[in-house]
Amino acid sequence: MARKLLLEKANIEGIRGYDVYRREGGYKSVEKALKMAPNDIVEEVKKSGLRGRGGAGFPTGMKWSFLAKPEGVARYLVCNADESEPGTFKDRYLMEFLPHLLIEGMIVSAFALGSNVSYIYIRGEYDWITDILDNAIAEAKQYDFLGKNILGSGFDCEIYTHRGAGAYICGEETALIESLEGKRGLPRIKPPFPAVRGVWDCPTVVNNVETLAAVVPIINEGADAYAKIGVGKSTGTKLMSACGNINKPGVYEIDMTMSVQEFIYSDEYCGGIPNGKRLKACIPGGSSVPILPANLLLKTAKGETRLMNYESLADGGFATGSMMGSGGFEVLDEDQCIVRHTMSLARFYHHESCGQCSPCREGTGWMEKILKKIEYGRGELKDIDLLWDIQRKIEGNTICPLGDAAAWPVAAAIRHFRDEFEWHVLHPEECLKTNYGLAHYADTPKSPEGDLVKA
Amino acid sequence: MAEEIKNTAPQNLKVTIDNITIDVPAGTTILNAARMIGGEVAPPAMCYYTHLKDSGGKCRTCLVEVSKGSEKDPRPMPKLIASCRTTVMDGMEVKNITSDKVLDARKGVVEFLLINHPLDCPVCDQAGECDLQDLSYEHGAVQTRYEFARRTFEREDIGPYIQLHMTRCILCYRCTYVADQLTDNRFHGILDRGDKSEISTYISKAIENDFSGSMIDVCPVGALTDRTYRFKNRVWFLKPMDAHRDCDKCCGKVTIWNRGDEVYRVTARKDQWGEVQTLPDGKPAWICNTCRFEKKHTDDWVIEGATKIDRHSVISQGHYVGTIAAPDPLEKVLQGRKPHLLLDIHDESEVNTPQVHLSEIEGPAVGKTFNGDPHASGHNVTDVKIGAGPNEKGTDSTNPNTP
Repeated sequence: MARKLLLEKANIEGIRGYDVYRREGGYKSVEKALKMAPNDIVEEVKKSGLRGRGGAGFPTGMKWSFLAKPEGVARYLVCNADESEPGTFKDRYLMEFLPHLLIEGMIVSAFALGSNVSYIYIRGEYDWITDILDNAIAEAKQYDFLGKNILGSGFDCEIYTHRGAGAYICGEETALIESLEGKRGLPRIKPPFPAVRGVWDCPTVVNNVETLAAVVPIINEGADAYAKIGVGKSTGTKLMSACGNINKPGVYEIDMTMSVQEFIYSDEYCGGIPNGKRLKACIPGGSSVPILPANLLLKTAKGETRLMNYESLADGGFATGSMMGSGGFEVLDEDQCIVRHTMSLARFYHHESCGQCSPCREGTGWMEKILKKIEYGRGELKDIDLLWDIQRKIEGNTICPLGDAAAWPVAAAIRHFRDEFEWHVLHPEECLKTNYGLAHYADTPKSPEGDLVKA
Repeated sequence: MAEEIKNTAPQNLKVTIDNITIDVPAGTTILNAARMIGGEVAPPAMCYYTHLKDSGGKCRTCLVEVSKGSEKDPRPMPKLIASCRTTVMDGMEVKNITSDKVLDARKGVVEFLLINHPLDCPVCDQAGECDLQDLSYEHGAVQTRYEFARRTFEREDIGPYIQLHMTRCILCYRCTYVADQLTDNRFHGILDRGDKSEISTYISKAIENDFSGSMIDVCPVGALTDRTYRFKNRVWFLKPMDAHRDCDKCCGKVTIWNRGDEVYRVTARKDQWGEVQTLPDGKPAWICNTCRFEKKHTDDWVIEGATKIDRHSVISQGHYVGTIAAPDPLEKVLQGRKPHLLLDIHDESEVNTPQVHLSEIEGPAVGKTFNGDPHASGHNVTDVKIGAGPNEKGTDSTNPNTP
């Protein structure tokens, strides 16, 4: 069994409260960090190889070192807890059960970055979690971990929670900053990047909840010990929120050396696919990453076993690979309709497009309409090509990555499941009643446990 | 192919756009550098407006490819970038019309802008001076591939002078920047999100401000129109003239659009990019609502002269300045012989003789020049009395081709 760094103590009774958390070794990293020089903490995080857990996987230490440090200008740390990607719910679990872990990670990070005021921008729908966090912040304040001159170190640290108002786009860091400032959540045009001009035009670092929580084990155990876990540039552990057609949906902390097959079929994790169904496809990292058919999911195009890490999931580029993304692992069995699934995602991105730049504003709606047409048996073969052309013209041409996020699932669905789209067009009556079933090339053995290498 | 263009501005950074190198001051955007070069190199811009701070970056028509980031960091940029919001770096190499990727993306953007546009140009006041018309003419497809219902909105009067027709809007946000930066308060803005976004006033509050009319000037399409001018005339029938008056609110320098003696409308003076001109003192020539909406009589204005419209719209047709005549093919056809001045063909009917080639005759040809039988051509036109002159119908009776 892999080591757990974040969720190890999540099941301890009362861990949500300060007393139990402190008794179990909480806030040790703050005590340790306050004795270090801020730059050493940044170096330590750099050395650990920690990568941003929000989706893009940018090295956190690098991001921190880009932070501009002009004299006399405040710097801000913002925690991006606006987790709204369909299929992703890892931050919710972390904040709900281990609120103090996030606060602890934020205090250490704020000290490293010299941020006296930090914000947690939390998804508005997580309103009970906001209360949990507010409670944890009040407790931390009571025990001198927050406030003026914390633990007598001379460092002032305040953390405020801020509720979002229900927009997915506010998970994009510049839109989040705009929203935090009280404006419409529209992504800013970059450059300047938040590291130079962020909240209130001051240098700002925006990090995901899991990233900030991961700073705690890095400081506690040292960067080298952290970097030893995992493989290659995917160091440490990753939280995966598994959902869809699996026996045990939930949040799992994985060591990134595990194979995808083991993650889906082993009893310790997802526990296989219910009702003896076969695996059809999977979205390995949240709704915006490309979908992969079963044959490409378990093995890369080169025939190697695909592992649950940044490099292996991206192996083969978008032609035969996908992305680690935010860790929303969504499994589809043979009964699922790819066209319907893609339509549902297109509807989401259409609904969430902020409407600022034209390709995304107009293109996402157009894609949804065409997918709806195909799904309800009114499609034509030329619509599939048109859909491909639209996604191609959205991708990379928008202000923020939402355009890409809307285009990739559509592109991957057509790339890997074109036969299913064509079947919808050619069998308009049938597609309303039955599903296409398994793609012919996605045929996997019914019980792959036989050749599964047990960890 | 590299061509150097010298600029009088402090020469700091060298940027190459479509193989043309120019020196620009630091902080210049790629779009403005391209505009300094001029012509086709300048990317189209629907939402960027020089005089409005923070505008731009939204419409994505000005996307360009950066094939070399800078002298220091020569890596190309992975994505196409909005040229209106990206400043140049020293040694940057940019591809606009020389990049197929850019042209393809631009075609896509135009298609996206048009899928929800009503294309009601025949009844739109903006027709003829519309940026979207120009853009779709240059970069658009022949036919739409969009087959669903288009987004529509009710027309809305915002204040006594401006009408908003949201259906035509391309959401460039320029008018909100006008309200933020020119007027003392903004009562309108974007409501809703995504493709349901609309420009609207706060609970239809009228916009009453001295400079609110500038929104009409900045609107790239026919979404914000002048209520005092709506459906009065077509812009290409009007004669634009530079005029001025003493105004205590604005610069008073305007373009008046006349037909006969009547002033149909008044607009700010626009430069060749369709933006409000910069005055000699460096300030933009915004005009106030009094000048725009209330001074509709020629007597109100001191006319300076006809406005030359540089833009490529219909309204600029008829300017043949700087055109180059096509080379005369005659000399080539005649194999180097010079063409000769010929007599009126009808005075000397012998020219119809097919054996004699006109170009072979030295000097002005007369009847005697021609050998052979003048009647051999079958046209007995010599019977017509020579020099009979115009008949009672006013046409020349000697001309066999007229009655």
